[in-house]
Amino acid sequence: MTAIPLQHALILSLLLFGIGVLGVFLRRNVITVFMCIELMLNAVNLAFVTFSRALGAFDGQILVFFVMTVAAAEAAVGLAIVIAMQRHRDSLDLDSFNLLKW
Amino acid sequence: MSQILLRLSENPLAIVPWLILLLPLAGFTVLCLFGDAMKRDKEENGAGYIACATILGSFALAVFVVTRLFASAGVGPHGEGLRFFQPSLGRPDDALSTGLLWIDAGGFQIPFSLLLDPLSAVMILTITGVGSLIHIYSLGYMSHDPERVRYFSYLNLFSFFMLLLVLGGNLPLLFVGWEGVGLCSYLLIGFWFKKKSASDAGKKAFIVNRIGDAGLILGMALAWHAFGTLDLFELAEIAKNLPYEPVGQAGIATALCLLLFVGACGKSAQIPLHVWLPDAMEGPTPVSALIHAATMVTAGVYLVARLAPLYRLSEGAMLTVAWIGAATAVMAATVALVQTDIKKVLAYSTVSQLGYMFLACGIGAFGVGVFHLFTHAFFKALLFLGSGSVIHAMSGEQDMRKMGGLRSKIPWTFATFTIGTAAIAGVPFLAGLYSKDEILLNAVVRERLPLFAIGLFTAVLTAFYMSRALFMTFFGHFRGDHEAEHHVHESPWSMLFPLVALAIGCFVVGQIHIPEIVHFAVRSPDELHSQHPVWFTPVVIASALVGILGAFYFYIVYTAGPAKVAAAFKPLHRLFEEKWGFDLAYNAFASKVVVAGSTSVLWKVVDARMIDGLVNGSGALAASLGQSTRSLQRGFARAYALVTLGGAVALIGYLLWRP
Amino acid sequence: MIDVILFYVFAAFTLVSALVVAGQRNPTYSAFSLIVTFCSLSAIYGLLGSPFIAALQVIVYAGAIMVLFLFVLMLLNVKEESEAPRKALAGAGGVLVLLFVVQVASALLKADVFHAPPGYEASTVGMAQLLFSSRFLYVFEATSILILSALVGAVVLAKKDL
Repeated sequence: MTAIPLQHALILSLLLFGIGVLGVFLRRNVITVFMCIELMLNAVNLAFVTFSRALGAFDGQILVFFVMTVAAAEAAVGLAIVIAMQRHRDSLDLDSFNLLKW
Repeated sequence: MSQILLRLSENPLAIVPWLILLLPLAGFTVLCLFGDAMKRDKEENGAGYIACATILGSFALAVFVVTRLFASAGVGPHGEGLRFFQPSLGRPDDALSTGLLWIDAGGFQIPFSLLLDPLSAVMILTITGVGSLIHIYSLGYMSHDPERVRYFSYLNLFSFFMLLLVLGGNLPLLFVGWEGVGLCSYLLIGFWFKKKSASDAGKKAFIVNRIGDAGLILGMALAWHAFGTLDLFELAEIAKNLPYEPVGQAGIATALCLLLFVGACGKSAQIPLHVWLPDAMEGPTPVSALIHAATMVTAGVYLVARLAPLYRLSEGAMLTVAWIGAATAVMAATVALVQTDIKKVLAYSTVSQLGYMFLACGIGAFGVGVFHLFTHAFFKALLFLGSGSVIHAMSGEQDMRKMGGLRSKIPWTFATFTIGTAAIAGVPFLAGLYSKDEILLNAVVRERLPLFAIGLFTAVLTAFYMSRALFMTFFGHFRGDHEAEHHVHESPWSMLFPLVALAIGCFVVGQIHIPEIVHFAVRSPDELHSQHPVWFTPVVIASALVGILGAFYFYIVYTAGPAKVAAAFKPLHRLFEEKWGFDLAYNAFASKVVVAGSTSVLWKVVDARMIDGLVNGSGALAASLGQSTRSLQRGFARAYALVTLGGAVALIGYLLWRP
Repeated sequence: MIDVILFYVFAAFTLVSALVVAGQRNPTYSAFSLIVTFCSLSAIYGLLGSPFIAALQVIVYAGAIMVLFLFVLMLLNVKEESEAPRKALAGAGGVLVLLFVVQVASALLKADVFHAPPGYEASTVGMAQLLFSSRFLYVFEATSILILSALVGAVVLAKKDL
């Protein structure tokens, strides 16, 4: 039985992360940017699972478990913020929120 | 906690010292938590009852533990077994093994240990006994004060700290008590803080005490550096193996003792740090009795006696203690001669008597010093409470020139005040004579004749100024206005009972031979059983009689005399009235040197130029940096993300391609 | 052999759907595409011998989180992006991402430490045992507080009069 090449799994994780980052710079809609961030998180999760497999230890998966928990909390709060943004500015364009400056 | 439980299984008494300590604290806590509610519900008298109950409980426990301790340890003159609680509660190795550590910082380990030996037993009995009476007295004295909840909570807190001071088994714990009583003293001196003189006096006491405390802290640091322990018992043991240090070869013991003596000077009002005590009379009179006569101000004497083995090693330190004590005794006594405020007389008298105690310690008679501390606590508390009763009767008047002829109007106060005066003057069968006699006797036996002469002279002065106060207050004609005379009334029983109890105490306490009881604690077996020379006791009694008769002549028989004498010795009279110029000198120093130096150098140059320059300069630097770089912050979150990514790429690049 | 082939198939799915997420102007399409990404990732987790994480991935991500996303998209009635991407930002970002990927990939390809032990399976029981061991128990319990506070935070933020 041929094992899955773990190096390729890591490359997949890397590409996934890159696509996520690229999406952040491409998209202007807050929600899509948020989804791209979720992509990056998943890329990291994949790396964790791969390393867990490579080392034969569970700890990586435990970390994935906690990352998922945090992601769930983050999604709840983040989307609530999105709703608040829409309500106050009537816009979801990320670049129209530029008050965080001097 | 585990240690106490563990010890309880072996010896149930082990809990008692902790209870003695914690009862007043519990009282304070209750008054703190429920004081406002009491005031709201007009139940303020309850505060006094709570305070009295806790301190009386402490007293009962102290009596119980001391009698049990003395009985079970089989105390005799040899008293070896008296370290009863030392092994069970106090030894650091016990504490270390059961984890009852208070401070644990690297190698610096301080257990929370109590030390109950004869010396601290005498102290806790004095504190709780006299303290209880003064608490009871306060019930009557403060019954009209709207702030009495606060008053009683302070009083309870003070009792706790004072007990901690004398029960603490190591110097840091003692220091906590030391600072705590200082704080309570400050709070109580400034109790009527709306009066400016009272709040000023509180601040003065606090600041002067800080100078002494600096010495005490430095002493502790030195002790830790030199001996690696701050445990009182261990320090005494270490002292056994140290060499004697004559004046020419001062060493570690001398330095340590002198530093600690600076602390003792501050707390016990010795020259040059005595200036705060007379001003401290701004506090309520029971406070003066408790804190500034019976207990707190004797803490310095306690400290010196506690470390007697160390002091005995250093000739220089002993000479310093003895001569500072002697100088303070005679200086304060002369000032007391010319005071007209009844409480100021007693305040200077206290300073003088504290000097006496240090004189005793300085000549090596530590047990006798503690003996005088013990008797003094009784008769001076009696005198202060008596003066409080007089002031109460006079509706707040403290000037003796406006009193006179009060003996028929307030007979109980008069009788007890007379007993107190006789006790401090050294009339036979009363407490003062026994301890004073021993101090002077030790001076003679140890061939310290100059000190003996000063002591005897001070004794004459003491008898004179106290009798003067008695005669001016209670004899002759009333010199106040008519309304005040009409208002004079005897105090309520809650105030008279403590007076009577203390007056009886003055007869009794002289019979308790403290030096024998504490001689193991101060480790000086050589001060017992000295032979009285034949001439000795008559001379001491005669000195008292000379003082009393002198006062009788000048203030009863020949009342024009004092003014004439004052006129004849004008410079001397002025010197005494100006209190030997200490306050003037300190004021001059503070206003000229300190204020001027601060203004011209520290303020104008150091603060305005250097510190402000540094602060403003760094502010200006930050502002200009911000101004030049603020265009980077445009508020576009994704631009920030881009910079972050660039940073990540650069970092990874560095990690990968670094040489 | 079949699982290696499946791995590459799902990897392809993952990448394509992720590209759609990042490249699609309509957020709703992005969201659906993201579901595909998550599901294929779940399959990859399973192939890597982590059935527990694979199950969680479907339940938490593809299930809960994506439902939340779609719910918000529907609630706010989000339209397609009307404006084109910012060219400068996208260009600079693209270059940097390329650099990033090249750098890390070069490091990965040089590394040769991944010899997976065969027959490895992270059973759910094993995971649970580790998760409830004294090592992670407190952290595990702490996450419940995290989620609770996120819940409260979401409610507060989404209130009308913020």
